[in-house]
Amino acid sequence: MAASTKTKVQDSFWSRRKRLRLQNHLLTYLVLVPGALLFLYPLLWMLSTSLKPKHQIFTYPIEWIPDTWMWSNYGEVFNQVPFWTYTVNTAVITVIGVVGTLFGSSLAAYGFARFRFPGRDALFLLMLSTMMVPIWVTLIPSFLMFRWFGWLNSYLPILVPAFFAQPFYTFLLRQFFMTVPVDLEDAARIDGANRLQIFLNVMLPLSRPALATAAIFAFFFYWNEFLLPLIYIQDQNKFPISVGISSFISEYRSDFALMMAASGMALAPPILVFFFAQRYFIQGFVISGVKG
Amino acid sequence: MFNSDLLRREAIQGYLFILPWFIGFLVFTAGPLTAALGFSFTDWNGVSAMEFIGFENYIQLSQDSRFWQSLKVTLVFTFFFLILNIIIGFALALVMNQPVRGMRLFRTIYYLPAVLSGVAVAVLWAILFHREFGALNWLLGFVGIKRIGWLVSESWALPSIIIMELWRVGSTIIIFLAGLQGIPPELYEAAEVDGANRRWRLWSITIPLMSPSIFFVLIVGFINAMQVFTQAYIMTRGGPNYATFFYSMNLYQTTFRELRLGYASAQAGVLFVIIFLITLGIIWVSRYRVNYELV
Repeated sequence: MAASTKTKVQDSFWSRRKRLRLQNHLLTYLVLVPGALLFLYPLLWMLSTSLKPKHQIFTYPIEWIPDTWMWSNYGEVFNQVPFWTYTVNTAVITVIGVVGTLFGSSLAAYGFARFRFPGRDALFLLMLSTMMVPIWVTLIPSFLMFRWFGWLNSYLPILVPAFFAQPFYTFLLRQFFMTVPVDLEDAARIDGANRLQIFLNVMLPLSRPALATAAIFAFFFYWNEFLLPLIYIQDQNKFPISVGISSFISEYRSDFALMMAASGMALAPPILVFFFAQRYFIQGFVISGVKG
Repeated sequence: MFNSDLLRREAIQGYLFILPWFIGFLVFTAGPLTAALGFSFTDWNGVSAMEFIGFENYIQLSQDSRFWQSLKVTLVFTFFFLILNIIIGFALALVMNQPVRGMRLFRTIYYLPAVLSGVAVAVLWAILFHREFGALNWLLGFVGIKRIGWLVSESWALPSIIIMELWRVGSTIIIFLAGLQGIPPELYEAAEVDGANRRWRLWSITIPLMSPSIFFVLIVGFINAMQVFTQAYIMTRGGPNYATFFYSMNLYQTTFRELRLGYASAQAGVLFVIIFLITLGIIWVSRYRVNYELV
């Protein structure tokens, strides 16, 4: 008799827990599903608008499914502006920007992570504090300096600074380098390798995940960069996509389909990179945000 | 001595590794910063002779209503964006920390907009916000909200840009989720044994232990929000009637349209001082409020 009451009490206890958990899951979905649709909504709208024929764009209520799928809208962008040139230019800026960022930042990061020298911590703090300097403060003197170098209307003002270590990436890589066990480097040192060799042959191969993370962040940055090319580049055939679209919209302000097609093509590479490298992207925030 | 030789060598090698950074610091940051400070005491259009005018630019700045408007717009934007970004990011991170099926897919969807930025996103949202044919008013129509002017309305233009930026809350969610997952589960178990309810656990465990993450999001978000440019440049050009005339829009106009380089340098300097002081303020407050123990 007593035993059966006990199981009964336990049963109701467990079923209460289970019910609570079920309730919890249901609530979670109730928030996440509509939220996810809301987050996708702008992108779906972009896709839908970019594929519509002209007469369907200015209809209300909105017709989401095109009568005829106007894939030609995408081709039309290439007819109206040198979009292919813009894409190549953006790719050039992005590739060199990413390489430069990895080069300069990993050198400095290794210096800060693995060497003892007077003033190291003060210099590191100085480097971090330069993240507070708004781009606008250095913009005018930099512009005049680059004009004096004869670098206007070229990518040099955008790309050369990349090779001289950017604070954010240096910080990110340093945090990672400090987690790598020193023993691995010591072994190479005993074999007679110098520090540069150790850096290149031991540290960098071990740091592939962190380098990938830095590369991805730099990719997003240079792919989307707008202000510097807007200021430094005058020739249309040197425009990256960002400046290209910006000049394009002032002419085609009412052609929503073309604007959406152009924007869609500009956003496609970052979306693809995100899907393939999501892990590294997340890792970057974890390293900089939590361990910082 | 052998030992000090070794130390000296290590120091020299260390300096060599950070040398590229240091050169870059001098040429691309410290040098221009000093030059900008100098320019701010001059009247100059970049071509004609530079004229030294002392504090004239700063005095003029204090009476420039366009400057005050741009400062107000930027501070209002930054304040509301930061608060909403942290609240929404935190709430979503709490929800996403639940072990339910399909969470990987949800995370991917919520993070995706965080990697999209710049001109293309601004164009996309400008059309989304369109009063007559935009998808946002269409959606709001279902819950009985009448068409809003969004970017063409003086009162809605700034909130529109805040909403658009909140779409990219994913990076904040990632940081908060990482923070949440770093909290030892024993703490919650102990609290549960002590009879602490859900709200109590949130306030006495989760939020204190998350304070380093919140602090990080606050600082980085603040520095970025104060420099917002592309969105306003593409979507509103600072309008309507200066409603989205961000500090950077004012700087762009003063520098590249009016070619008043001295005056623009003074404006930029003031921006730097504001960012610097408020960031130091946040760091100072965080010393008392942020809990770095147990993390």
